[in-house]
Amino acid sequence: MGNNKQMSNVLFKLGPFIGLLLIMIIITLINPSFLSLTNLLNLLRQVSINALIAFGMTFVILTGGIDLSVGSTLALSSAVGASLMASGVDPVLAVLIGLLTGAILGAMNGVFIAKGKVAPFIATLATMTIYRGLTLLLTDGRPVSGLGDSAAFELFGRGYLLGLPVPAITMMIAFVILYLILKKTTFGRRVYAVGGNEEVALLSGIKVDRIKIYVYSLTGFLAALAGMILTSRLNSAQPTAGQMYELDAIAAVVIGGTSLTGGRGWIVGTLIGALIIGTLNNGLNLLGVSSFVQQVVKGSVILLAVLIDRKKNA
Amino acid sequence: MIEMSGIDKSFGNVQVLKEVQFSIQPGEIHALMGENGAGKSTLIKILTGIHKKDAGQIKVNDHEVAYKNPQEAEQDGIAVIHQELNILPELSVAENFYLGKELTVGKAGWLNTKEMNRRTAEVMSHLGLNVKPTTRAGSLSVGQQQIIEIAKALETNADCIIMDEPTAALTDREIDTLFEIIRELQQQGVAFVYISHRMEEIFSICDRITVLRDGNYVGTKKSSESNIDEIIQMMVGRELGDQFPELTSSPGEEKLTVKGLTKRPFFEDVSFSVREGEIFGIAGLMGAGRSEVVETLFGYRKKDEGDIYLDGQLVNLKSPTESMYHKIGMISEDRKTKGLIVDFSIKDNLNLTNLDEISTSTWISSQKELALYETLIKKLDVKTSGPNQAAKSLSGGNQQKVVIAKWIYQQPKILILDEPTRGVDVGAKKEIYQIMNELAKEGVTIIMISSELPEVIGLSSRVGVMFEGKMMTILERSELTEERIMHYAMGGETIGKQQANV
Repeated sequence: MGNNKQMSNVLFKLGPFIGLLLIMIIITLINPSFLSLTNLLNLLRQVSINALIAFGMTFVILTGGIDLSVGSTLALSSAVGASLMASGVDPVLAVLIGLLTGAILGAMNGVFIAKGKVAPFIATLATMTIYRGLTLLLTDGRPVSGLGDSAAFELFGRGYLLGLPVPAITMMIAFVILYLILKKTTFGRRVYAVGGNEEVALLSGIKVDRIKIYVYSLTGFLAALAGMILTSRLNSAQPTAGQMYELDAIAAVVIGGTSLTGGRGWIVGTLIGALIIGTLNNGLNLLGVSSFVQQVVKGSVILLAVLIDRKKNA
Repeated sequence: MIEMSGIDKSFGNVQVLKEVQFSIQPGEIHALMGENGAGKSTLIKILTGIHKKDAGQIKVNDHEVAYKNPQEAEQDGIAVIHQELNILPELSVAENFYLGKELTVGKAGWLNTKEMNRRTAEVMSHLGLNVKPTTRAGSLSVGQQQIIEIAKALETNADCIIMDEPTAALTDREIDTLFEIIRELQQQGVAFVYISHRMEEIFSICDRITVLRDGNYVGTKKSSESNIDEIIQMMVGRELGDQFPELTSSPGEEKLTVKGLTKRPFFEDVSFSVREGEIFGIAGLMGAGRSEVVETLFGYRKKDEGDIYLDGQLVNLKSPTESMYHKIGMISEDRKTKGLIVDFSIKDNLNLTNLDEISTSTWISSQKELALYETLIKKLDVKTSGPNQAAKSLSGGNQQKVVIAKWIYQQPKILILDEPTRGVDVGAKKEIYQIMNELAKEGVTIIMISSELPEVIGLSSRVGVMFEGKMMTILERSELTEERIMHYAMGGETIGKQQANV
């Protein structure tokens, strides 16, 4: 790799970060209260849910796949966890079962994709509908509330530790673990290999099917984790929770520079991508921009990010 | 009508055509022959403007030309029918026939379906294809689809049609029909360039035969004044030279035995056995099923039938992972799609097969990773600028060394190499031969597929020859001649046996 190539590689990695800084500077110039500690902590908490889902999405996209069912997975696992809590099950156990539900739903996606050879887009489009339907069946279409008053569960979505919102802490811990997995473990390397060239991976003795199933399970698990945070914050599980969350997650991954064809990208970019989307939401609200205009801005940023990425790779 | 002379062409630093000449007259059927990689396709691609020639002259009807694309060639009456037909299966015969040149009513682009169907039926029946113009093209046989392609070529007023392996997928009866059409068009003055490996066909239909070898023009013969043996001699006859290391390994115990291995429709009932430290060659033409045999052996494809024994033990190799467990490695034919992740760095490519070796169960050790790189790069003398260099920026020879290196660290007992020197320059070739020979000396069993006969003969202690999915024969080292291998590879059976027994 020549110096030139290394330069462009640095740019590729720094691009989203520069973008984030720019957006923050512009918003601060118009409304300095954006930079207040309260608002920044608030921002981190708002971002955590999308970030957790987007972390999982990064793994899936690195293998060359996609998961459209994350929003429905979030809703179904939240509903399972909340229903258990409402019926008096210990909150910690209920949360664990909810997380397990997410992992299982994800594993099912993985099996359809890896063993059934269904295209990831189609498989998860179908399970998106199925999981949402199951959520509505389970909850009878009504929010699940009356979750008791467990302090631990309250802390999960609403609390603060050492002055930081707990969801943000959860997100950062997940980030560090997932970063290390991708960067430093054989599993991470195999994830890249599957997306880089599935055939080469297979012929190199990598168990491609297994890697895919693990990756979708991980994504399901993380969606469920985001779901638990959301449930704690609202103190109820909404059957319609998580709709369109898949789009924000995919947007965060793409803005972060991970290639949709797989094999290339990194999770740091995804974190920054999630922060960009969160900052836009938060900042535009602060500036009193109407939610209709916000959508236009958000979409334009995604498009811009991808266009710049294309240019760099051309 | 067409005259090409002194054509040179290089891709990178590999020269693929050297002063090649070729000419064709109106109403002539002219065969273009040569082994895989001899330069036939490149020559055709230069004629039709897909590639640019480095030097030489092309004259069409006495005018010098340099087409920029196949459309320009088509305007001068030169049409190509590729081995893979350009037929859209979901469209009708008439829609295919008029694709891109539809007849319309008025200027709005309203299709004149009736007229198109009428004309198509007329043209097709003229060529002896009696199907309804509204029939879905995909429901026709390959032979019938080919006739649509010929009709399309004629419709562009082609007076020279180039056919690349036209009979590869045809039944005997369809071949007869095709030949009838070709002969009839020949009467009308249409010329054909006919590329095929099938000797008998060539002699039954072609007027002249031009042979290329390693990008060189060997000669042109009238088929009435030549014979199969002479053409084969022209195709393969070259000096072996001393590019091959002396065979120093002495094969030991029987290592691998394959009995009745079958994977339809690629190959059937293939049996052979290979000993420890032996280099076993598999020869045959493209499409003979060689790669499929080793891919099935390696567990990449699922076998239909047959048994595989390792050291006399029956094994069931269901996946590459399992084969690796049994210390079998495979280096695939197409290193860019099956051997390397080209966007990855050299280091990361080397890691793919060795992740367990450079990690403590889960965590990758950067030191071990780098040590692995250093060891392998040194061992195989790969020229790189560093561990992070992208694999795609390496030369063909160095890429291939990386692919081999990937496997060597696993210390395979059996190593399968499919076309190990394709697209590799002469110097690197020799190094790869030495690596293979050294591995054999260390007791590794090597199975090598190669389309280059000198390579097969120079390296192998025995050679299995395949033709259309069958293992025709297994030749001992003392029996190895290029002519004999070619004979079996082209389906010759009895004559070849007699020769072999002499």
